[in-house]
Amino acid sequence: MNANEPGRRWHDMGGLGDDPAGAIDRESHDYALWEKRVDALMVLASSKGYFTVDGLRRVLEDMPREAFETQSYYERWVQSVTQNLMEAGVFTPGELGVKMEEVAARGETYGECSLGD
Amino acid sequence: MPYQVGEAVRLLPLAPPGHVRTPWYLRGKIGVIERDLGETGDPEALAYGRTDAPPRRLYRVRFSMDAIWGAAAERPEDRLDAEIFDNWLEPADAPA
Amino acid sequence: MPPHDHHDHDHHHEGMSPSGHPYRPDQDAPLSYFQRMEIAVRELLVEKGVTSEAEIAEQVAAMDARSPALGAAVVARAWTDPEFKARLLADGSAACAEMGVPVEAMKLIVVENTPETHNVVVCTLCSCYPRNLLGLPPDWYKQRAYRSRTVIEPRKVLAEFGLTLPEGTDVQVHDSTADMRYLVLPMRPAGTEDMDEAALAALVGRDAMIGVAVPTA
Repeated sequence: MNANEPGRRWHDMGGLGDDPAGAIDRESHDYALWEKRVDALMVLASSKGYFTVDGLRRVLEDMPREAFETQSYYERWVQSVTQNLMEAGVFTPGELGVKMEEVAARGETYGECSLGD
Repeated sequence: MPYQVGEAVRLLPLAPPGHVRTPWYLRGKIGVIERDLGETGDPEALAYGRTDAPPRRLYRVRFSMDAIWGAAAERPEDRLDAEIFDNWLEPADAPA
Repeated sequence: MPPHDHHDHDHHHEGMSPSGHPYRPDQDAPLSYFQRMEIAVRELLVEKGVTSEAEIAEQVAAMDARSPALGAAVVARAWTDPEFKARLLADGSAACAEMGVPVEAMKLIVVENTPETHNVVVCTLCSCYPRNLLGLPPDWYKQRAYRSRTVIEPRKVLAEFGLTLPEGTDVQVHDSTADMRYLVLPMRPAGTEDMDEAALAALVGRDAMIGVAVPTA
């Protein structure tokens, strides 16, 4: 069994064993507020019928191996939530681009740029 | 006809692209129906926004580690259960 | 700005979460591209009337309120009330709802450890987890090492967690591949006959309900 069989994707990792997985790192972190908000947006948008957990998973699974190696869990999630919302017609890439510029112009840090709650 | 609890089933050895919930390591393996979980949304349609697609029947299938890993099993009589949708199952006595 | 704008939780030590672990760095570091995306998507959803800031804050608060203590209370009830245990094993979601645990759409299967069988839960395809009963998963549950190895060498994985099973105990792995979520009902430790439900619940940790540990008295 190896990870490179045609059709097998990176997320589908059961049984690949020690190579290249290694020992389990039991160090744990709590989630940051922005990560919890990504999670909350997923729960709310899916409960309101804009997309499903399978839509979330589809976009995550379509990401290249590099995304899994270099981005954090909620960094991947926010991209999938965003992609699914655009597919559902909630906003366009252009609208999002303008909003992202507006957010960045507010300051240097998350705390400064997030007006929420 | 739904599968019955205890019936032997084989998972189809398919390799399509796209979103499916059948892990690679179980494809082509033989197990038995542990329980029938009834009808539920079809992930292969829901993933692509087809929320009006008909539901699918979901089963829990039980495998021996021997059936999955053969000689590589850590302990052959240990077991593994997984939830598998009916479109990935065939009777184990069907020609492979 | 305070170091962490956790408005709902300003009673915490600065920079520490309710569990005492450090938060992932966020508020103080330069705004990342993905944080910018989160803020922008959130504001667009509010502007378009899909949700509101209050609804998002409620959802975050609900998430913070879920912890392994909920699962532990269910386990302790099952240890002390055989009829509840029978209902829990027959229909996990209904039995949890009966205890006031908000299971919402979660479809729960409770698997019972016995001297013959030890259960352990993994999700090889993503990281399905009974969040309503245990809160958000620990990092290791989502990592490649746990997800890839548990289905092929569960005993080696359990040993890394410090759990060596007696000879003759079978391992039953549950790969959480689709709609169901799994909770392991551990065996009640010996020497706990005089304990009440609350004292028993205090013995039950998250890892025991995933199946990578067993409770001890």
